[in-house]
Amino acid sequence: MKHDDFPDDAGSGVGRDRRRFIAGGLGLAGAAASLPLAGHAAVAPGAIERPVPDDPAKAPGYPLEDESYGARSQFETEVRQRYKTATPLSSWTFTPLQDSLGIVTPSGLFFERSHAGTAVIDPRRHTLYVHGLVARPRKYSMRDVRRFPSISRLLFLECSGNGLTEWSKPTLPTVQGTHGLTSTAEWTGVPLSTVLDEVGVRSNARWLLAEGGDGAAMTRSIPMEKAMKDCILAYGQNGEALRPEQGYPLRLLVPGFEGNMNIKWLRRLEVSDAPFMTREETSKYTDIRPDGKAVQFSFEMEAKSVITSPSGGMQLEAPGFHEITGLAWSGRGTIRRVDVSVDGGSSWREAALQQPVLPICHTRFRMPWRWDGKTAAVLQSRCVDDTGYVQPTLGQVIALRGLNGPLGSIYHLNAIQSWQVGRDGKVINVHHY
Amino acid sequence: MSTTTERAFAAAVAAAALLVGCASPQRAESTGSDGAQGYGFGQPATAADLARFYSSLPDGRDLPGGSGTVAQGKVLYEAQCVACHGDNLQGGLGDRLIGGRGTLVNADPSKAPVKTVESYWPYATTLFDYIKRAMPLTAPDSLSNDEVYALCAYILSRADVVGAGATLDAKSLAAVRMPNRDGFIPDPRPENFPPVAQSPHENKAIAPPK
Repeated sequence: MKHDDFPDDAGSGVGRDRRRFIAGGLGLAGAAASLPLAGHAAVAPGAIERPVPDDPAKAPGYPLEDESYGARSQFETEVRQRYKTATPLSSWTFTPLQDSLGIVTPSGLFFERSHAGTAVIDPRRHTLYVHGLVARPRKYSMRDVRRFPSISRLLFLECSGNGLTEWSKPTLPTVQGTHGLTSTAEWTGVPLSTVLDEVGVRSNARWLLAEGGDGAAMTRSIPMEKAMKDCILAYGQNGEALRPEQGYPLRLLVPGFEGNMNIKWLRRLEVSDAPFMTREETSKYTDIRPDGKAVQFSFEMEAKSVITSPSGGMQLEAPGFHEITGLAWSGRGTIRRVDVSVDGGSSWREAALQQPVLPICHTRFRMPWRWDGKTAAVLQSRCVDDTGYVQPTLGQVIALRGLNGPLGSIYHLNAIQSWQVGRDGKVINVHHY
Repeated sequence: MSTTTERAFAAAVAAAALLVGCASPQRAESTGSDGAQGYGFGQPATAADLARFYSSLPDGRDLPGGSGTVAQGKVLYEAQCVACHGDNLQGGLGDRLIGGRGTLVNADPSKAPVKTVESYWPYATTLFDYIKRAMPLTAPDSLSNDEVYALCAYILSRADVVGAGATLDAKSLAAVRMPNRDGFIPDPRPENFPPVAQSPHENKAIAPPK
């Protein structure tokens, strides 16, 4: 859909022949209305339209600017797509994983989830307060925060609601809709333990409340062990300051834990001896089971993988060679192995893992495949992390956790995804387990 | 209230977090630096600095002063909340607030559990906390403590959790026992899944893209 205005035509001279598929748009079904098409805009967001010469080798290009930020090619069209919640103030947007290359998500395509819109914060007026069960409650300006020794780390972030529409039946047609609430960035900031050591955490401290400075004043309680282990007070993303929608000027990174705990627009940390039982850790982000009990504090994002190409909405142009590629990640550690099936899980072959393979980070896998164009195929990927955890089938997940009716089960779906390639080369989202 | 249970649960959760690899043995018993060798950045946070912030614990610690009645809450609700949550608290743009008791145990694949303040929320203190910090959506952090207590009283009275003549304050709010107080369990993951089914389930309910 979004490429309809952009024929996959070598004659257009835009180098899109690396794409073997025509990707479809998100095209949400049912209540989630269809997404706006980029079709009538001159160029996609983030690009500048410029004249295109017949032969770029016969004339100079446009001049270098004295000061610039940079824009992507006017021929690139991938965008985040918002799920049509009732209000755009509490909503989420999906990363276009079908177009993803490598493991890093461009900052402008990093998925968003916000509960009261995107806060606008002047860093000169922003303060981080650290108090509660500490010896020396302190407040830090952003200049103070940036004076501490810093670290950088590539980490994925995944919303625990990633895939929430996919429990009962295949619902959203593309991998952007089924898996687009995960993204990876290189984050830069201060180890949280540095600041907690600075204020002197008392021996009876067990939990840490993190609070955002947005309209939702989003709050989550984090176990002190995790806070002291590897959390980061992050001000950098992919080599520059955080994007506003990622919590500028300061957010918490809680590696491997569900996205909403990585509090954006971070303004306050309160140390306590008990969890605060905030709305986002009781009425939301808890996982109800068929017996009516709900799992609370389900922190880790468990091992998960998905084939990003070929994936739902694409069209295989011709039989022959196609590279199967995708992403795998685990909140508990490092991806050790990814297997790929082209026959719906009857047989598996080990995929190649692209270096670097890092803990709590997207890992790119690849497998060569020759499609004969005569038989349908069901493509699946299954990952294993270094704890030995094997990504389950949807059937296995449902057997333990239940469906609990339509949209009863919501969070932490990490099952194997199936894409069916029809004899006509069309790729669609199916359940096959 | 059941502080012991609460602490036991919190301890179990913390222990579970420890087991799944959150532990850092050197850090687990950290009592912080002595300050002598610290960086010394920033400034002391004073009581005045922190006065604008609010977070209570479920046992009622740090709930602010003030109080409000069901009748006061009804007036406020109709002025501030009804547009999103509906005149019968049935929800709309905002969440449904009441009803749903008995729907959490659910064997009917055509119905989902109805999760409301009445049926699902384990602590009344959470209601105060959330309204205080985040509501109404277009003007968060604008209600006084008295007003928030009144709204809690009204919502909880419509949920048949407190009486129609109730007045809520720090003490009485913390004493409210919510219907689903014991409805939560610690994370059992990683799970031991059953074997993969031998006969595949197929569900091609989605239409191929045009």
